[in-house]
Amino acid sequence: MELVSDYIEFWQEKNNVIWEYTYQHIAISFIAILFAILLTVPLAIYMTKMKNNFIKNSIFNIANVFQTIPTIALFAIMIPFLGIGFKPAVIALFLYALLPLLRNTYAGVQAIEPDIIESAKGMGYSPMQRIFKIEIPVALPYIMSGIRTTTVYVISWTTLAAVVGAGGLGGLVLSGIGFNDQHMIFTGTILAILMALLLDFFFASVEQKLLKR
Amino acid sequence: MIQLQNVNKTYDDGFEALKDINLEFQEEKINVLIGPSGCGKTTTMKLLNRLTDHTSGEILMNGKNIKEIDPIELRRQMGYVIQNIGLFPHMTIYDNVAAVPKLLKWDKKTIKQKVDALLNMVNLDPEIYRTRYPSELSGGQQQRIGVIRALAAEPDTILMDEPFSALDPISREQLQDELVHLQQEINKTIVFVTHDMDEAIKIADQIILMEDGNIVQKGTPNELVTNPVNDFVKDFIGTKRLKNNQSMPQLSSIKKAFPSITKSKPVEDAIKIMVEKQISYLPVVEEDNKYKGIINLYDALSHKDGYVHEITNTTSNAVNINSDAAEATRIISGSGAAFLPLLSDTQEYLGVVDNQALLKSFEGFFADRGGEI
Repeated sequence: MELVSDYIEFWQEKNNVIWEYTYQHIAISFIAILFAILLTVPLAIYMTKMKNNFIKNSIFNIANVFQTIPTIALFAIMIPFLGIGFKPAVIALFLYALLPLLRNTYAGVQAIEPDIIESAKGMGYSPMQRIFKIEIPVALPYIMSGIRTTTVYVISWTTLAAVVGAGGLGGLVLSGIGFNDQHMIFTGTILAILMALLLDFFFASVEQKLLKR
Repeated sequence: MIQLQNVNKTYDDGFEALKDINLEFQEEKINVLIGPSGCGKTTTMKLLNRLTDHTSGEILMNGKNIKEIDPIELRRQMGYVIQNIGLFPHMTIYDNVAAVPKLLKWDKKTIKQKVDALLNMVNLDPEIYRTRYPSELSGGQQQRIGVIRALAAEPDTILMDEPFSALDPISREQLQDELVHLQQEINKTIVFVTHDMDEAIKIADQIILMEDGNIVQKGTPNELVTNPVNDFVKDFIGTKRLKNNQSMPQLSSIKKAFPSITKSKPVEDAIKIMVEKQISYLPVVEEDNKYKGIINLYDALSHKDGYVHEITNTTSNAVNINSDAAEATRIISGSGAAFLPLLSDTQEYLGVVDNQALLKSFEGFFADRGGEI
């Protein structure tokens, strides 16, 4: 009983700080993902039209390289270039998110049956109409599942953003280690988990809706 | 009207897909392009809506060169149905059928009426099917939607690329029947690609048979079957189909030379001929070789002193040389005679056909058909 009341007391005391960290966490991960989506989805669709395999493979390879760098190292590498704080964290996460988004979108568009494309062409859809009215809607379940997994990863990786001084729930955990405060460690962890689960659930239900047809 | 004039298609790798094609698709008819794979039939069709562009020559649509028409516009003026249907999986049946009218920005009410009318036309209740997705339909139903989707924007021309070949045999037959039936209502110029000769014969008004980028023969199904121009056409149509269509043996091929006698001659001359040839009947002709009738040996012997015309039986049967063996058999079996005189169109006597020759001709005819009688 004492444990619980202690913990409630901790929340009452640190309320402001916790929400501050949570807000940072959300901001970092969302901006990183949003920009990654804005870049990769059009790029992946463009790549499906690309005839030059060399360029296509190069793009995949570059995205791959970012994935292979250990997360903490990628954050660290950012420091000499961009200093510390919000910016390097967002950029590191952005680079991380590229590959899974790119791969999923590309595979999704690539997997559309050629007959569907051929019909659309033969019926008189212009190239742009084909992309927006046929290709993206048909590939949407794939694209969404890419966004879903990537979002969950990024939320979890954002906890490491604290090492470059960007804050986020990782900051709560790090302070907890510093002060030897189990409440802080526990709260940071559980909130990050909750956030990931909540988003996963949200995207899953969106996907379900899309897959129904 | 769609005309191809000296059309060539050469691919970048030098492969000549089409060689100097001259062709006119019959308006408001089902034109079937057929041939073995790689013959250029699909290429020919895809030239029409510019999914492929020809290298040289001209394709005229109502007198206008199609290279001067924007391909997107051109395609919206033509219906297009492909083999694997290609319905859009993310759209309802309604949206699928309405696709081209929507691209053409028809007003909503007109589109709805059109879609409902088309669904009714292929016996799919709009109330039930409008809101369904393609994956909820059977293959046959999906291809019906594919066909009416091509009709939605009321094009004059519809291109169909092996539309029924992925279906099971029963649905395929049904859809072929429906297409023929539908065509009677809609009267579109249909260009239909297939490799299935049964299908072509069933639905085509004009068959265009291709091989190696050339047109080998074109004509009605009947013309192709009865009058194949070469062995390739024969092979493609298939010996069985040709045999089934083969006509009965012609009498001209089993005609026998046979003596005759002029009606003004004395009977004694007739007796002499009959004894010499060991026959008991003799055809009688006029001076100008026109057939008159027949005499028999018994009458002749009892009228030795008379003239041939006195004992001639003018009611006996004869048959025109252009009839077939079946006709001759019908007459001969009805009369009980051993042979039938053969006459030209102008009633001239040409010879006879007898029982034995008829039987022989039938024997040969059925042996050709693999012994099935």
